[in-house]
Amino acid sequence: MQQTSARGGALRALAPLAWVGPAVALIAVVVVWPVVVMVQSSFLKISRFGVVQGGNGTGNYDKLFGEPDFGGVMARSLVWVVAVVALTVLVSLALAQLFNQRFPGRRFARWALIAPWAASVLMTSIIFKWMLDPEVGLINMLRRDLGLLDALGGAAADPLGSAAGAMPWLVFVAVFVSVPFTTYALLAGLSAIPADVYEAAKIDGASKLRTYWSITLPLLRPALTVAALINVMNVFNSFPIIWAMTHGQPGYSTATSTIFMYILKGSDIGESAAMSVVNFGMVIVLTIVFLKVSKWRTAPA
Amino acid sequence: MTLTQNAPSVAEKETAPVTAPRALPSVKTVVIAASAYLIAFVFLFPYLVMILTALRPQEELRQATYLPQRFEWSNFTNFWTGGLAQNLGVTLQVAAGSTVLVLLVALPAAYYTARHEFRGRTAFMILVLITQMFQPTAMLVGIYREFFQFGLVDSVWALILVNGGFNLAFAVWILNAYFSSIPRELEEAAFIDGNGRFGALFRVTLPLAMPGVVTALIFTFIAAWNEFVVALTLTTTPANQPLTVALNSFIGQYQVDWQNLFAGSVIATIPVIILFALIERKVVGGLTAGSIK
Repeated sequence: MQQTSARGGALRALAPLAWVGPAVALIAVVVVWPVVVMVQSSFLKISRFGVVQGGNGTGNYDKLFGEPDFGGVMARSLVWVVAVVALTVLVSLALAQLFNQRFPGRRFARWALIAPWAASVLMTSIIFKWMLDPEVGLINMLRRDLGLLDALGGAAADPLGSAAGAMPWLVFVAVFVSVPFTTYALLAGLSAIPADVYEAAKIDGASKLRTYWSITLPLLRPALTVAALINVMNVFNSFPIIWAMTHGQPGYSTATSTIFMYILKGSDIGESAAMSVVNFGMVIVLTIVFLKVSKWRTAPA
Repeated sequence: MTLTQNAPSVAEKETAPVTAPRALPSVKTVVIAASAYLIAFVFLFPYLVMILTALRPQEELRQATYLPQRFEWSNFTNFWTGGLAQNLGVTLQVAAGSTVLVLLVALPAAYYTARHEFRGRTAFMILVLITQMFQPTAMLVGIYREFFQFGLVDSVWALILVNGGFNLAFAVWILNAYFSSIPRELEEAAFIDGNGRFGALFRVTLPLAMPGVVTALIFTFIAAWNEFVVALTLTTTPANQPLTVALNSFIGQYQVDWQNLFAGSVIATIPVIILFALIERKVVGGLTAGSIK
């Protein structure tokens, strides 16, 4: 035992590496290295088939910023994130309040809320595309029977055919799949608020609205902040909804920067990499702005 | 303002015992319950439509009727005889492979960081936290070029690696929380009883952390099962594509056999919704862990 103590000491120093090393290696290969490759690629001239044809300086960025659709795509991405996250948070605040009440069958009602969260976003988007089918879509049939639509089959029955018609539906589906997680996060936040705070408010004679505004909301802020932040990330990076429902068409009129990046990948990988780097920068900026605004502080274990 | 949240046990807390014994529900309760059921129905609605469409006979697909006149169960058997069964196989391989990879890598890391102080521990936890913020979509071009260089395009291994890597963070966080909550003394006692370090770990600590392990396992499995954009980028041969990509490529065709598409969707969706229901209470804690302190 004593003889091996020197070796034991060296082993002990290496012990963390044996336990934590594989995790670090996996993150390095799958998460960190692609970022490096991506930044590198954005300065290279790469053929459609992936062959590097030499450096390209800032050529990829110049080409990207020169794209006639670039400005529109970036503006749309921003509106997309703000609209989806804001609506998601508003709807979830209301739903959390409702599902926090006690009523018979609450467990099952909450359980139903899980479906869009657990199901693949792609599948949900495909179903909505089917329900919006101009000729046999269920939503269009409902609109017709409610007198909102003259007849099936025409351009009016094809909301996904135009940007103005498609965007609201894309936002709707994005909110639909984001609300369950957000509501659950807020429910968890609500259950962490001690009951005696409400007792005190009651004794002071505060109205329900007043209580919600000055007690519930402030105490809910940590949960709200984290849920919103996770949503910002998810929505900014969202791909399947738009891809399945419109492919970013007509033209690029429903494309966000993520969709644009993917389409560019088919024609010019270097330019697509440049778009990714811009996206990546946006994600980081969004995060920092968001953290500043909500005065959130990281506290890792 | 400090608001602590412990991962398990937050979601649903049955407050105070029922005061009145079985009186008629008040008007307020009825209104609340009715609106909650209505909302629950809205959230289930698309999946009901999915099931009904999957059962529509081919000739009724282009008829504008709310309900099918008869159910065509053979749509499901057609799924198995059609090429899609192979794609389901790929999905299973990717989901199972990623889950095994995540557990193999996350368990030791989570256990060690919960039990030991060491140089680089904080750095490691921050690295994991940052990973949780990143999504493969944002670095798709980098992932594609990297695996292209590895010669792993169109390979199931690439999908296992990527899905494993991006779901590692959740597993590490939730397992770390569980291991930290298990008293060190329990493990020490088992060690003194002559079980050895690993014996104590496997006989005492791991069984106690089982709820966390199961949560991490199901979460990773579902995430890999549902993954779309990485698979869309990294697989090119139809036979090597997981179900999500294969179903999506249906839509591009001139004549979409929606009933087969939806039979596939039902098979791809219903199992994960049920699996997810089992772990739902723990997932919120795991996703927001490390953020609320």
